[in-house]
Amino acid sequence: MNATNTPMDYLPIVMMFLVAFGFVATTMFLTHKLGPKRKTKIKLESFECGIHSEGNARLPFSVKYFLVAILFVLFDVEVIFMYPWAVNFKDLGLPGIIEVFSFIILLLVGFYYLLAKKALRWED
Amino acid sequence: MLGYTITQWLFGILSFLAIMFALMVVFTRNPINSVLYLVLTFFCIAGHYLLLNAQFLAVVHIVVYAGAIMVLFLFVIMLMNLNQDTEPQKTVISKVVAAIAGGLLLFVMVGALRGSEQLQIKQYGHSDIGLVKNLGNVLFHDFLFPFEIASVLLLAAMVGAIMIGKKEIK
Repeated sequence: MNATNTPMDYLPIVMMFLVAFGFVATTMFLTHKLGPKRKTKIKLESFECGIHSEGNARLPFSVKYFLVAILFVLFDVEVIFMYPWAVNFKDLGLPGIIEVFSFIILLLVGFYYLLAKKALRWED
Repeated sequence: MLGYTITQWLFGILSFLAIMFALMVVFTRNPINSVLYLVLTFFCIAGHYLLLNAQFLAVVHIVVYAGAIMVLFLFVIMLMNLNQDTEPQKTVISKVVAAIAGGLLLFVMVGALRGSEQLQIKQYGHSDIGLVKNLGNVLFHDFLFPFEIASVLLLAAMVGAIMIGKKEIK
């Protein structure tokens, strides 16, 4: 019943990370070496054409983004809890479905509260 | 290789990287860079979890911490006004106080870890409890109640976030 696995089974993933990182590093290094560089004042501006940029980009922005992000994290954690259930779906059977659905229903109450409070509505 | 197994090599490399990136979090002056180094630190710690055969924890650590919590950190930094002219200058006394507090924390940590080499740690070898399938079995049989309670915790966090972050619509 118990699955077995060793950390060595993750070696292909480590290899994939190394190849991905190596590819990006190599191409970036080569393009910096091979390509000509002509830096002029106009080319280094944030927007080369169009409206002249004014002021500073580092302005504090609305707390609404943060609310959306925090709600995303909460539902993210909920989905994480469903992952071990999905792997064991057949073994757990009907009791497992009942357990997970009671979990989800409690969070759906929160989702209803969120909709009722119009927490995801942007304009107010 | 020098009498070490490949796991020990990996542990050494990962520990070195984790400590390096953690130090970079503290030493970089740009807060955005700090957050990015913290992401790299979390990846190294996920590698440690893999070495401990806690594979579910490793994946969750990357998805939730490196993916989601770090986005929240970035948002908090961007919510604050971090212009050069508005950044408060630290006074000498606050630096001294910070140094004393950090030093005391280090003292406590070293004191707590002293004598830990005499502890007898049971070696269970490769335990498979951290795999997704085994963990799901345990979670849905032995730890069912804490699992259901976790949903109440998430619900409370959701309601709290909405209560604090949302203006009342008239």
